[in-house]
Amino acid sequence: MSRMQQEIEANRRRYEELRVAGQELTPKGLPEPTALDGAPIAPDAVIHREHVPAGWYATMRLRRGEALRIIDESGRSSVSLIGWREEDTSERINCADTVKVQWSAAIAKGRVVVSDMGRVFLSLIEDTSGAHDLLVGGSTPASTLARFGATTRNTQENFLAAASKIGLDVRDIPPCVTFFAPVSLDDAGHFRWQEGRKRPGDFVDLRAEMNLVIVVSNCPHPLDPARPEAAGPVTMIRHRVAAAAADDPCRTASPEAARAFTFTDRLFA
Amino acid sequence: MSNPDTFDAVYSFDIPAERPWSGVLKKGQILRIIDSEGQQAVDALLYCADDPSERYSSQDTLRVQGSAYIDLGTRLMSNRGRVMARITADTCGRHDTSAGCCSCESNAVRFGEATKYQHACRENFILELSKHGLTKRDIVSNLNFFMNVPIDPSGNFTVVDGISAPGNYVDVTADMDVLFVISNCPQVNNPCNGFNPTPIRVVVRDVPGL
Repeated sequence: MSRMQQEIEANRRRYEELRVAGQELTPKGLPEPTALDGAPIAPDAVIHREHVPAGWYATMRLRRGEALRIIDESGRSSVSLIGWREEDTSERINCADTVKVQWSAAIAKGRVVVSDMGRVFLSLIEDTSGAHDLLVGGSTPASTLARFGATTRNTQENFLAAASKIGLDVRDIPPCVTFFAPVSLDDAGHFRWQEGRKRPGDFVDLRAEMNLVIVVSNCPHPLDPARPEAAGPVTMIRHRVAAAAADDPCRTASPEAARAFTFTDRLFA
Repeated sequence: MSNPDTFDAVYSFDIPAERPWSGVLKKGQILRIIDSEGQQAVDALLYCADDPSERYSSQDTLRVQGSAYIDLGTRLMSNRGRVMARITADTCGRHDTSAGCCSCESNAVRFGEATKYQHACRENFILELSKHGLTKRDIVSNLNFFMNVPIDPSGNFTVVDGISAPGNYVDVTADMDVLFVISNCPQVNNPCNGFNPTPIRVVVRDVPGL
């Protein structure tokens, strides 16, 4: 079946316009990274605070209008995250769509993480780091064995344990995003760990745009050359934040983000 | 290279444009996917035939390989860290596993709400997986054969014109019995199919001597 040449040309033009907007205009409008001493949380906004030891995981419910601050206290941890929409756990974090709709594998302040249903899952409303991984994923029994000669606590087993405790299983574990994991690619497509991109006290604030259940795993990223013993605890602070206004930087970052927010808002209309 | 039409082929099928397909590869069998007319993305998922909770994992595959693209020699890894299959021949040289599959919902985000009502790979996957007792929940981040998605050092991530010519093929050799599920990608909003989806061919061969 051949399509009208005009339609093909129109679709090609639209694609190129979207690419220019996504890769040339949007990055210029993104907010500056948060300062390490920036964005204090008012004490009465805090709902819950928890320290997750190195190697461990935590599961947390986040309602729309709440955010999760994750703080890498030691500057030696990475935090892998998966999650589901609370009311329908078949809807889940989707790294591929996150990368695709934003034309970038690099997420930072002003970007979003989307679900597989075209809705905004989490917004990065604060971020001191801007060095996060969506491609390589978390540690596994095989990755720790290959790297350290012994199977250590790892993200894959953490996710399995966490999912099982809320009635989910291995089928429900999607690819993860890992915060504080400075992975980049060279020109040939090889992954590289960027030294010097991690600082004690780096943090992200992840605003929930739907009602979510999320799991975080505090295990070193598989490309991190440091031994797992070097990792430290992370602090998680669940807190209340303002909803995404019409002029919210995550909402207005791109036409794609604006549409994803519109589709998300309909769940709550 | 042997001609799969005349030499040891045990199965062949032309998958029409925009349609799904699935089949079980026995350990050691080779699936040849032929981009019959060129520039056609082929979305693919693999499940362990004996226990589909073990399935293809893009992140495990990329971590083990240490690089971002699928090509000759790539081991396709499961979520349990086992090799499910390998790329044993490749006349195209560029395949993706980071971009996932298109869906009505992500199309609406990327290209505008009018594109929500266009056929998409996830629709194909849902329908094909239903034949095997699997659901949307079982759709993981997939392979995209013949899809050209360069990721540059800044993170820029772009679906660009495919480089596969008519007749280019990739061979996938099974390391275990695998359920192989394909969506012949219907996307018309980006260059992955040259904006014009076309048929592909699958051929299954036994390895001589096995």
